[in-house]
Amino acid sequence: MRNQEQIRAIAFNGVWKQNTGLVQLLGLCPLLAISSSMVNAAMLATATLIVMALANAVVSALRRWIPHEIRIPLFVLIIAALVTMIDLLFNAWFHGLYVILGVFIPLITTNCIVLARVEAFAAKNPPFLSALDGIFMGVGLLWLLALLGALRELIAGGTLLSGIDLVIPGMTALQILPETYPGFLLAALPPGAFIFLGFLIAGKNWLSTKNQ
Amino acid sequence: MTATPSEATPNDKAETEKSARTISSVSAAFTLFCFTLVFTGLLAVAHRVTKPAIEASLAAEKQHFINEVLPAGHYDNNPIADTLALPATPELGQTSASHVFRARMKGKPAALVLEAIAPDGYAGPIRIVLGITWDGTLTGVRVIEHKETPGLGDYVDLKRDKDKKYPWILQFNGVSYPKTPDGDWKVRKDKGRFYYRTGATISPRAVIAAVHRASRFVFEHRDALFQEQTP
Repeated sequence: MRNQEQIRAIAFNGVWKQNTGLVQLLGLCPLLAISSSMVNAAMLATATLIVMALANAVVSALRRWIPHEIRIPLFVLIIAALVTMIDLLFNAWFHGLYVILGVFIPLITTNCIVLARVEAFAAKNPPFLSALDGIFMGVGLLWLLALLGALRELIAGGTLLSGIDLVIPGMTALQILPETYPGFLLAALPPGAFIFLGFLIAGKNWLSTKNQ
Repeated sequence: MTATPSEATPNDKAETEKSARTISSVSAAFTLFCFTLVFTGLLAVAHRVTKPAIEASLAAEKQHFINEVLPAGHYDNNPIADTLALPATPELGQTSASHVFRARMKGKPAALVLEAIAPDGYAGPIRIVLGITWDGTLTGVRVIEHKETPGLGDYVDLKRDKDKKYPWILQFNGVSYPKTPDGDWKVRKDKGRFYYRTGATISPRAVIAAVHRASRFVFEHRDALFQEQTP
C-alpha cells in the first residue's frame, strides 16, 4: 500500500512535521495580522486552505503544459485567478467576514506558502496527491492559527469565538474569564502575535526533541 | 543556469531534460497568452455567477446600517432607492463622494441616514453612520470602521463596548441638534454633556466632534438634501 503510506506522509508533513507556521515559517504576515481572534484567524486559514488545495490541484493537472522557463508567472497567474474567485465567493455569501478579512483575502495571492507548495510539490506530483498536500498544509495552518487566535483572544479580553455570529448566525461569543477581567492589551496588538507564536514554536520544538 | 550534463546527478535528470527542451520566446508568449485567456474567462464566469449575490449582500449591508441608526417606524419608503449622491463634503469629513439615504413618511421628509468620517481618531480616521430626523434629532449613531486601540478607545464601537447595559455610543440617541448648544458637544472632562471612560478620551472626542459637524451640516442643508435629485 504505497499510496496510503504516501498519503500518511503528506498528512503528517502538513499538519505537524513541516507545519507552515511552526517550522517553515512562511506566510506569516496574514498569520500575525488577523490572528487577534479565533474566528477571524480560522476563517482566513480556511480561505488559504481552499486556495492551496485548488492551486495545487490545478497546477498539477496542467503541469505538462507549463514550460519550465515561464512556470513562475503561470503559477502566479493561476493562484491570483483562484484567489480572486474565492474573494468573490466570500463577498457574495460571507459578506460580514469579507468586510473583516478585507484586504487579507486578496493578499493570499502573495502568500509565499501557496507558491512554495505549488513549486515544491504540485509541479512534480499528480493532482490527487497535490490537492491533498494543499489541504494538509492548510490544515496545519488552520489549527495553528485557530490556536493562536484563541490564545490571543482569551488573554486579551477573556472571550472565545467573538464574531462567530458572522459565520453561524445566532451563536454568541463565550465569556471564559469573569467580566471583571481587566484584559491584557499586548495580546491583541501585533507584537502579541509574535510573542505567542514564539511560545508555540518553542512548544513544538520541545515536543519534537522529547519524542526523539 | 542550465546544468551541464557532467554535473547532473541522477536527481537532476528531470530538471536537465526539461531545460534541454528550451522553448522560444514566441511560444512562451503564446503559452502565457493561452493561460491568461482561459483564466480570464473563468474569472468572468465567477464574476457573473456571484454578481447578484454580491449586490444583494451590499444592499443588505446598507439596510443593516439604516436599521441600526433609524428605527423602522420612522419611514415608509425605501431609503436605499431614494439616495442622493453628495460631492466631497468637508463638513462630513468626506474627501470623496458619499451618499445620503432619505427616509420619508407618506411622501414627507422624515429622516436622513448618512456616513461621516472623524479624521482625528487615535489611530486614524473613524467612519461613522448616523440617522437624523427632519427636526434635527439624532435617532442613532454607529461606528462602522476604526482602528482604535482594542480595550481602550474601541468602546466607541458598539460591538466592542464591554458595557452592554449602557453602551457609550447610545447616548447620542435622542440628542437634538437645535436644542443642544455648541459647548455641550464635548466630553464631560471638557465641560460637555457626553460621558467617556477613563483612559481614552481621544476616540470619543473625535466621534462627538464628527457627529456635531455632521448634525449641523444636515440641519442647515436639510431642504436641499431632501429636494435635490441625483442627476
